[in-house]
Amino acid sequence: MSTSSGTPESWISSFCALPGHEYFAEVSEEFIEDDFNLTGLQTQVAMYKEALEMILDVEPEDDEDEDEDEEDEDENESGEDADRTGMRHGAERRHHSRMASDLSVIESSAEMLYGLIHQRFICSRVGIQQMSEKYEFGHFGCCPRTHCEQARTLPVGLSDIPGEDTVKLFCPSCLDVYVPPNSRFQTVDGAFFGRTFGALFLLTFPEYDLTKRGADVLSSTNSKVPEDESILNGMFAKNIAPGLGGGHIYEPKIYGFKVSERARSGPRMQWLRDRPEVITELDEARLYHEQNPDSDEEEDESMANGRALVRRRPPGNARLRQRPNHSGSPMALSANGAESEL
Amino acid sequence: MDEYASESDSDYTSYWRDWFISSRGNEYFCEIDEDYLTDRFNLTGLNTEVQYYQYALDLVTDVFDLDCDDDMRETIESSARHLYGLVHARYIVTTRGLTKMLDKYKKAEFGKCPRVNCHSHPLLPMGLSDIPNLKPVKLYCARCEDLYNPKSSRHASIDGAYFGTSFHNIIFQVYPALIPSKSIERYIPRVYGFKVHAAAALVRWQDLKRDDMRRRLRKLEIESGFREEQMDDEEEEEEDDVEFEGVDGANTNTNMRLIEGPM
Repeated sequence: MSTSSGTPESWISSFCALPGHEYFAEVSEEFIEDDFNLTGLQTQVAMYKEALEMILDVEPEDDEDEDEDEEDEDENESGEDADRTGMRHGAERRHHSRMASDLSVIESSAEMLYGLIHQRFICSRVGIQQMSEKYEFGHFGCCPRTHCEQARTLPVGLSDIPGEDTVKLFCPSCLDVYVPPNSRFQTVDGAFFGRTFGALFLLTFPEYDLTKRGADVLSSTNSKVPEDESILNGMFAKNIAPGLGGGHIYEPKIYGFKVSERARSGPRMQWLRDRPEVITELDEARLYHEQNPDSDEEEDESMANGRALVRRRPPGNARLRQRPNHSGSPMALSANGAESEL
Repeated sequence: MDEYASESDSDYTSYWRDWFISSRGNEYFCEIDEDYLTDRFNLTGLNTEVQYYQYALDLVTDVFDLDCDDDMRETIESSARHLYGLVHARYIVTTRGLTKMLDKYKKAEFGKCPRVNCHSHPLLPMGLSDIPNLKPVKLYCARCEDLYNPKSSRHASIDGAYFGTSFHNIIFQVYPALIPSKSIERYIPRVYGFKVHAAAALVRWQDLKRDDMRRRLRKLEIESGFREEQMDDEEEEEEDDVEFEGVDGANTNTNMRLIEGPM
């Protein structure tokens, strides 16, 4: 599971092991050590340098013979205790004698910084791969909607800016977002997952069969879509919101009689859970060309080739589908950055 | 389940219904009036549904005085719970029952809708079948008109028939003022700010369905229950959205570099 090269007691693993942090992937140290990946975060996080050192379990540069103190510090969860230990052992030796308040500021800065790096990491090749493993294990829980029949969800944020909203669960089966069932997740910032991850996940791993449920999923042999499935709008047609449409919409009834749309209390929201009976109705390009046979010829051609026809190539990134074993730097994979498709 | 039996063994002389509704896992039930329970008409047909019907009824109405062994008591106890549930489904659609459930609804005792865009709207318990032992209880959100599974497994195992398929719809017929205003607010999956084509095409199709419905209702001069100002927001939003064309669309290079590292 873990692609982190750190020891089990690393700050990152202990952060991910905290209650409520079950959705987090362990960001690889290579990713954090690449300064490019941290572009712009300096201005968003207070005590950036100290926070980064804490995340990477690096001792402050100007502390030389303080291994003992640092070890003590790592074992203590609370900043206050750690500081007291530090004071006892060698307050006068310290160049930076950290105040208790300082440590707790650094600790919370480190959490913020880790979260922001995490937002970027899970959209990288290595990170999204790690999240897919967590998804397969069902670490993110399942959709609370009855008609989604326990479809597995993905953690997402509704904003990329920290402090705006908590983490939510995106259900690929009904394309809606839900509040996680356990209140311990209501302290986790949604920005640490970001707005992009959920949708990007579906584009990156189009072959997960979203119509499979419960026990079917566990026998991983058949939880992938066969390559010859029809493709629509860049996705396997059967994977487009399989939890919606006929049979998955609640119809209100009183003593067996449907409540009419004309009643004031009648159904008004069924569109939200609807999906065309014939899914090709969503092929807007084809429909457009059927209705406008004599529109611009040139554009016609390219559009028809690109979208309206059933393409032979399955969606997604072929290289990703092969699941490379690299867990190294994201740089290593793209010798030619221009061809990156993720 | 054992929990109930052992507790009630010690003090079954206290009011059985009080104990029942206050025990853990039974938070969705309201207390059925004594009058309602003692009117045989209200219990029509239940004698064939419930084992040891008479003893169970005696237990529920606190007049049980049979001397019997623990196994028998256990059986009667579970029959009593079943009977209470079945009567409950009938009781909650009566005027008094509706009021009691309404109070619980207003206090959100049945939980809140997990859907983000419903903004914690309170839920109502419901069954997918009126026949017992078929489907467990589900929770209905009047705002998105959809069904959700109870969070806790204690609740997920309650029989849906104890609430029935009609109660949650009747309550809004009786109290139309309680119908929440509907919202077109929804989640749209995006990648770096761009909509994803497959999902966006579905959303457009659903929006057409909704507009058709609203037009139908307007023609019939029926209130659609949507807050009108949202129509404008929606149109505005359409304009400045650019779409990300799925996998075959062009990638946005700036963001790609963020992920892939420097070249």
